[in-house]
Amino acid sequence: MNKIKGIFAVLLAVMIITAFISPAFLTSYNIENLLRRSALFGILGIGVSFVIMTGGIDLSLGSLVCLVGCLTPWLIIDVGIPAPWVLSGLLLLSLGLGLLHGVLVTKLRLQPFLVTLCGLFIYRGVTRGILSDQTVGFGTSGTVLKSLGNGRIPVTDTFGLPIPLIILVLVALGAGFLLRRTLWGRHLIAIGSNETAARHCGIEVDRVKMGAYAICALLTGIAGLLIVLDTGTAQPSNFGNFYELYAIAAAVLGGCSLRGGEGTVIGVLIGATLVQVLRNAIVLIDGIPEASEFAVIGAVIMIAVITDEVMRRRSGKNKLA
Amino acid sequence: MNLRPPLLEVSSITKTFGGVTALSEVSFAIEPGEIVAIIGENGAGKSTLAKVMSGVHSPDSGFVTVAGSRCEFRNSAEAAEYGISRIPQELELCDSMTVEENLLLGREPLKSMGRLDFPECLKMTRSALEMVDLKIDPHQLVGDLGHGQRQLIAIARALHTSARMLILDEPTATLSPLETQVLLHRLIEMKKSGSAIVMITHRLAEVEEIADRVIVLRDGENVGSLEGKEIQRDAMIRCMVGRDLSPIEPEVSEFGDPRLIVRELMTQDHPEAVSLQVRSGERVAIAGLVGSGRSELLEAIFGLRPRSGHVSVDQCDLSRAGVKESVRAGLALIPEERSSQGLALQRSVSENASLPGLFREAGRFGTLDRHAGAAVAQKIVKELDVRPPRTDIPASDLSGGNQQKIVIGKWLDLNPAVVLLDEPTRGVDVGAREEIHKRIRDLSFSGKSVLFASSEMEEVLSLSHRIIVLSEGKMMGTLVSAETTEEEIMALATGGEIHE
Repeated sequence: MNKIKGIFAVLLAVMIITAFISPAFLTSYNIENLLRRSALFGILGIGVSFVIMTGGIDLSLGSLVCLVGCLTPWLIIDVGIPAPWVLSGLLLLSLGLGLLHGVLVTKLRLQPFLVTLCGLFIYRGVTRGILSDQTVGFGTSGTVLKSLGNGRIPVTDTFGLPIPLIILVLVALGAGFLLRRTLWGRHLIAIGSNETAARHCGIEVDRVKMGAYAICALLTGIAGLLIVLDTGTAQPSNFGNFYELYAIAAAVLGGCSLRGGEGTVIGVLIGATLVQVLRNAIVLIDGIPEASEFAVIGAVIMIAVITDEVMRRRSGKNKLA
Repeated sequence: MNLRPPLLEVSSITKTFGGVTALSEVSFAIEPGEIVAIIGENGAGKSTLAKVMSGVHSPDSGFVTVAGSRCEFRNSAEAAEYGISRIPQELELCDSMTVEENLLLGREPLKSMGRLDFPECLKMTRSALEMVDLKIDPHQLVGDLGHGQRQLIAIARALHTSARMLILDEPTATLSPLETQVLLHRLIEMKKSGSAIVMITHRLAEVEEIADRVIVLRDGENVGSLEGKEIQRDAMIRCMVGRDLSPIEPEVSEFGDPRLIVRELMTQDHPEAVSLQVRSGERVAIAGLVGSGRSELLEAIFGLRPRSGHVSVDQCDLSRAGVKESVRAGLALIPEERSSQGLALQRSVSENASLPGLFREAGRFGTLDRHAGAAVAQKIVKELDVRPPRTDIPASDLSGGNQQKIVIGKWLDLNPAVVLLDEPTRGVDVGAREEIHKRIRDLSFSGKSVLFASSEMEEVLSLSHRIIVLSEGKMMGTLVSAETTEEEIMALATGGEIHE
């Protein structure tokens, strides 16, 4: 809980500083945009945190965003398949790929890093191959469908709640319920905490883990859909690049331990928002070259991790004394 | 009289691992309301027996009978269904979860659709905690609890999962004297309420205190069974080692000048200054309970931990030195955790054996010959009789005892002036243990200084000339090994309070 408070304080601090330096930060346009992006990456973050809580990792998420994001406009516009079929088909595909990751990790005992690293290469390669690296997009059609990604519920003249935010709230409530209120969630955390103990308590470790990978991939698919509906176009060679790292960063900042067994949905949401606010701040603040975005995000994560470690040691020492 | 079959009976159990016999034709039975202690030296087969009874290992021959019906457990979960629960030394708890979550793991009460029934959870937790009489907040993280409480949590979980028989593997090894007393008291109460308890331990005082019956194992065989008044320290030792312990022959030792001098050493774990000397040809033991700072002291002397004070080896001042300087000045540390601190398990015996001395063979820019270290490895394998005598196989293919020989060998090859050893024979079999002890004695005969930490009293008493006793990082006193007793050491180790 302290971890979450700490990262929330960092989020507030970054927001206040940015607001002081750049008047553009607190404009309703910017806030609405920030909420939309935080929501999209929040969904990805929640997805990957399920896997991270088991002690695993999913690196394939950016490429899966690319696969779903690029195939959606292509199948609907260029191939001409009705949208409902395309959406449900691609989400099913995501779920299936997640299950496949889970099977490879549990039944063949492959390392999650390797399985999903292969996924990272394969899904992007397949997408680029199918589309021959051509940019795809909705053009002017599909306005109704696109509103799922870029739509808003007007609140004032200038400000509206982005639709993805509402989807995120539903996803977060569902994920929180699953983790804290159900058997499956408790077993998921137990597996990450001590897999041997969980196994000896009769928990079906393999099934729970497969579920985690499946949920991660499904949420990734949903996020991929929403992102392409928001942007309208997608270029296979860079759509979703590095998104897995933004998602993992969100989860880690939000208090998930890469060793597994720890993490909360609310923490991941704050982590995802922090990453997006940082990206936003870099764009808005004149002194920071936009191209150095990764350096800033990397430094912030590093500082957070070091602070956490130092605090942990200090509290450990107090316990001994 | 009692015509009911015993609660659990093991009959002529034999178990071998890769040609080595761990258990040979072991039989015994246990009734409800009984505490049976299994004792024996390291490598006698105690833990293997516990694992066979609880379904972790299946026996090569022989069988287990529960309440008269023959069982073939395929895993520990199946044994648990018959009410047999083993609590291993390494407790299987989820540290990042709460007491309640741990107690109910795998049998959480549910409402519809896989939802947890929280009020029922709390009720079950309370009743489980009551079984071990532990007053503790169910929402506290298990990782924040002390060893004793964690042990009780594991026991509460087993009992509440309707275990009729508990098998405890070294339950008191990591407990303080007070925690030990609490645990033993609980075990006696559980016995009164009809549970059967099997306890593996090497602390004979505990056995005298609570066991109704003692099964003695030696080299995998059941060499004796003691009951009631027969359960006495001397009888147990006689049975364990197969002979009366001959008093250790006083070696005629001439000590030379001090080779290791430590003055006013203080660290985070040692709040009061520690000063000691080890002379040429002398072997000094560091004794103390778990958490007394034994290993930490060795590591601080070696330069692995931040410290203040003065350390010197053969007049070479190492007060500000790190590990590299310490090694070159003639200091060697042979660590406690063989697999994590002593060996790169996946790498070959040859690579492992040559690692500390490799700097001598490196070229000017740190380049290494492809065959660097092979000769060293060959020498170690031959001198210490490592079996199998191969240097090209991964270290993980060797048994625990042989791994330890490699760890010791690779340091001795450096010809250090002062050898620090942390738990030199933990988890090795009797044969390897004797060989390692002989090797350590040889070291001192050749004029080196030996400083070792050990949790095994027999080892502390038999291997050392002097004993330094630590308690909570403070030096409680120095005893001369030939003139002291285990009781005296324990009295100092527990902070000076007089122990019955």
